Amino acid sequence: MNNVILPELGEGIEKAVVACWNYKVGDVIKKDDDIVEVVTDKATFNIACEVRGVVKEILVKEGHEALIGQPLAIIESDPQES
Amino acid sequence: MVELKQKQDCQVIDLGLVEYKKAYDFQKECVQKVLNDHDPILILCEHPAVLTLGRLADERHLLTPRDELQKQGIDVEFIDRGGEVTLHSPGQLVVYPIVNLNNFDKDLHRYLHFLEEVAIDLLGKFDIVASRSSVNTGAWVGPDKIVSVGIGVRKWISYHGMAINVNTNLNLFSLINPCGLDVKMTSMAKIKGQPVNMAEVKEQVINIVEATRRVART
Repeated sequence: MNNVILPELGEGIEKAVVACWNYKVGDVIKKDDDIVEVVTDKATFNIACEVRGVVKEILVKEGHEALIGQPLAIIESDPQES
Repeated sequence: MVELKQKQDCQVIDLGLVEYKKAYDFQKECVQKVLNDHDPILILCEHPAVLTLGRLADERHLLTPRDELQKQGIDVEFIDRGGEVTLHSPGQLVVYPIVNLNNFDKDLHRYLHFLEEVAIDLLGKFDIVASRSSVNTGAWVGPDKIVSVGIGVRKWISYHGMAINVNTNLNLFSLINPCGLDVKMTSMAKIKGQPVNMAEVKEQVINIVEATRRVART
């Protein structure tokens, strides 16, 4: 299992809002595909998936806030890739 | 499309007056190029009248019904940049820097502040004293907003950028609640009391690109 984490976005940025999920639970996702877009006050930021696998669970819904470092989704990685 | 010049490893492209969607697609192509180690690309353009709603916007930011906007020939686009609603129209210089934010320590605020400083420097070249605001991004002249800033980021490559009101028809801003705030917009022409030469503004933006590159490397 791999978590999709809200990464550090810069000094003073403590949180972001999940704007748009590009995949849903059960979808197969490739490494480096943009899985989710988050938004701060004046920037949108696309988060890429770090592994190939299947979206197991979405932990933060669209429109909800997340803190930096917080897991946003769980990916069941493809065993062939590990 | 006119490629103006190559300055210190930065490609400058002037699209002239171009539809919003067309410029957006071009930005996406440029993002892909910069992802593949192309030098930074600075896109300059103007758009026909269009209202763009960022990810934090909703239709409440439009103060005019959609069908009325349509009658006036004003498009509405929902887009993937930060911020709420803004207006683009001829006379406004739109600047889309496509840059790798690894050069800005992967810090969105540092880059946004940097764009604001570029705008303030630019306005200073025209003897307009502008400043940043502690409550909202962009560049301001007194209580009035003159430059709007908003970015999108994909794999740490930034797109979108800033909109500088040079000779913008400010009456059009009455159609919206700019940035979700009750702010008044101004323009370089309004402050100077006469139209400002757009070509000169573009030239100054390009000159500041050199400074951009210098700072980005420090």
